[in-house]
Amino acid sequence: MLKRVSRRYAAERRFRLLGLFAVGVSVLFLAFLLYSMAAKGLGGFVHYEAALPIDFARSDLMIDPASLRGPDAQQTVASADLETAISQAATATYGDRAAEMFGDGAVNALTKEILQRPQILSGRTTLWLPLGSKLDIAAKHRGDAHSEQLVEMLRTKHALRSSFNGGFLTASDSTDPSSVGVWGALKGSFLTILVTILLAFPVGVLAAVYLEEFAARNRWTDAIEVSINNLAAVPSIIFGLLGLAVFLNVMNLPRSAPLVGGMTLALMTMPVIVIAGRNAIKSVPPSIRDAALGVGASKMQVTFHHVLPLALPGILTGTIIGMARALGETAPLLMIGMRAFIATPPGGIADPATVLPVQIFLWSDEVDRGFVEKTSAAIIVLLLFMLLMNGLAIYLRNRFERRW
Amino acid sequence: MLMKEKMPLTTTTPVPAPSAAIAAEAKERDEPLVRNNVKPEHAPNLSLSQLDNIKDTSDEGIEPGREAKMRANGVSVFYGDKQALKGVSIQIYDDLVTAFIGPSGCGKSTFLRCLNRMNDTIPSARVTGCIELDGRDITTSSMDVVQLRARVGMVFQKPNPFPKSIYENVAYGPRIHGLSSSRSELDGIVEMSLKRAGLWDEVKDRLQESGTALSGGQQQRLCIARAIAVDPEVILMDEPCSALDPIATAKIEELIHELRGRYAIAIVTHNMQQAARVSQRTAFFHLGELVEYGKTSEIFTNPREQRTQDYITGRYG
Repeated sequence: MLKRVSRRYAAERRFRLLGLFAVGVSVLFLAFLLYSMAAKGLGGFVHYEAALPIDFARSDLMIDPASLRGPDAQQTVASADLETAISQAATATYGDRAAEMFGDGAVNALTKEILQRPQILSGRTTLWLPLGSKLDIAAKHRGDAHSEQLVEMLRTKHALRSSFNGGFLTASDSTDPSSVGVWGALKGSFLTILVTILLAFPVGVLAAVYLEEFAARNRWTDAIEVSINNLAAVPSIIFGLLGLAVFLNVMNLPRSAPLVGGMTLALMTMPVIVIAGRNAIKSVPPSIRDAALGVGASKMQVTFHHVLPLALPGILTGTIIGMARALGETAPLLMIGMRAFIATPPGGIADPATVLPVQIFLWSDEVDRGFVEKTSAAIIVLLLFMLLMNGLAIYLRNRFERRW
Repeated sequence: MLMKEKMPLTTTTPVPAPSAAIAAEAKERDEPLVRNNVKPEHAPNLSLSQLDNIKDTSDEGIEPGREAKMRANGVSVFYGDKQALKGVSIQIYDDLVTAFIGPSGCGKSTFLRCLNRMNDTIPSARVTGCIELDGRDITTSSMDVVQLRARVGMVFQKPNPFPKSIYENVAYGPRIHGLSSSRSELDGIVEMSLKRAGLWDEVKDRLQESGTALSGGQQQRLCIARAIAVDPEVILMDEPCSALDPIATAKIEELIHELRGRYAIAIVTHNMQQAARVSQRTAFFHLGELVEYGKTSEIFTNPREQRTQDYITGRYG
């Protein structure tokens, strides 16, 4: 007897230890993931800038300060050859090998500067401009010998400083890693997920309500149930093929657009919402239905006044899971052309766009070393975006729960 | 058989022709009026006549020939192939409390749920026979279930307030039936219902608190208030005290006394003392049959049937 008791205790201890071990392993993995991501990616949010004295009066820049007050200011500056002006100024200050010191990022920064303060065009001024990708890497880690020497020289002249790379959050894709940003992809993701949720949530919830509350139990509903369960397990790339075949080839919707991406992802997310919704509706106690029926509520009133509000937290949990999956989805979107190089953020759901995970996939494929940290930084942005969305959904869910 | 000589088999309610013929046949054969082993089709008229008899001999202030509020005629219920109720015929009067007693699984709750067609929610349930409310058959498809349930309210075994505020619980029924045109009128209905349910004094300062935060007995009275709020004619109570402690039970019983006269009340109970305390008419069910129906005092002191006798003396059940 006593032996059995001690054996039982030992078994319980073993089980607890195993559980602790499992939790420990998963925490370790998570910590490793977050650490490596942060270590690599945080650099993407910072860039190095160098001081550059530019004498606009002596440069070949032909910009009429008067034209900068009109509506075409942006175009005027863009058409001017700022790149050469920067290159000339850099050579003048830091010598011949500094000709390639700056990249597209510097051009963008200078454009902004001129538009904000047109008066600098009239004379000589010193500006802090972001370094080109090669030097940026050399300043952060280790670059090639040529770049390292340049950085060293800048350091000794106190002409080097690091600052927050605001452009990363406001710019879009580019060929030059010093001027890329995630804004376009972020906006694309947002629009795509908006389309997805607008399509998948109402359709999924209504399907769940109908199947659970109104549909007769027969072979047809059984068949539908099996199909929906199977649909939830279909690999996502199949949905991409479906979207390509139906939305693009048959319906002739615009290629690479968040509209089509959202529709494709909605197809993928709907079964998840239907399954979660049915389970949530099933778990509403029948006594509530009886109570409402007992005072003379119709079937629809019972469903919409009592069952659905009580099932909503559960439905939202399913929706959050489905949306998180849709947000991180890459494969189906590749099939419908959302992997194109798109340098301007989409203006609407019919404009060509890309989404964050696809952007990450594209950047990870780039040969330029400058993209490595940008990729990690984009992953951080994606994770934060997801965290934000899930947080919002969980907040909404708790609010609905508390109302009852 | 005390009711033999005044057997008014000329039923006042419309009876399907075949069963009328059977009834006549039964009369000829001079069969006992309360039969336990008749086929379902036979039962209605026989029981009906028995009921009329009770009505006539009643000293509860019921005039002879008075119409019943609800009248069941040979009601049988099937769950799939299984027959749960075998030809039950019964009458429920306006200002009396009718108790249904019997052992578990005897069909008394099933019968109660027929009276406002709550069995409709069970897909496999099938109801045959005729149930009338004020002379109108409620089992036909032309009867609007929503309206029926507004007229025949129900209180369930387990207190089941909506997970909403106390006010919303009571206001829900009037709101969906459009019984009030203004907020103040609705307030009035809520207050009146809670007062009639004897809950007003306990909750008047916290109407916005959740109904589920109340104690079990209070919740059940809230459910009664909710049923009252739509101004029903009949209230069905399905073992309303089985989940409550003795004090809460006493309060509910007191409440039933107060509500009697305003509503026709039918109550299912496992507790025979409770049936004796609150009801004026008692029906004893056994294995899906209505064994005996009569004045409560007679059922408990002088039952005609051996099975009733056995049950109320605790031999089984």
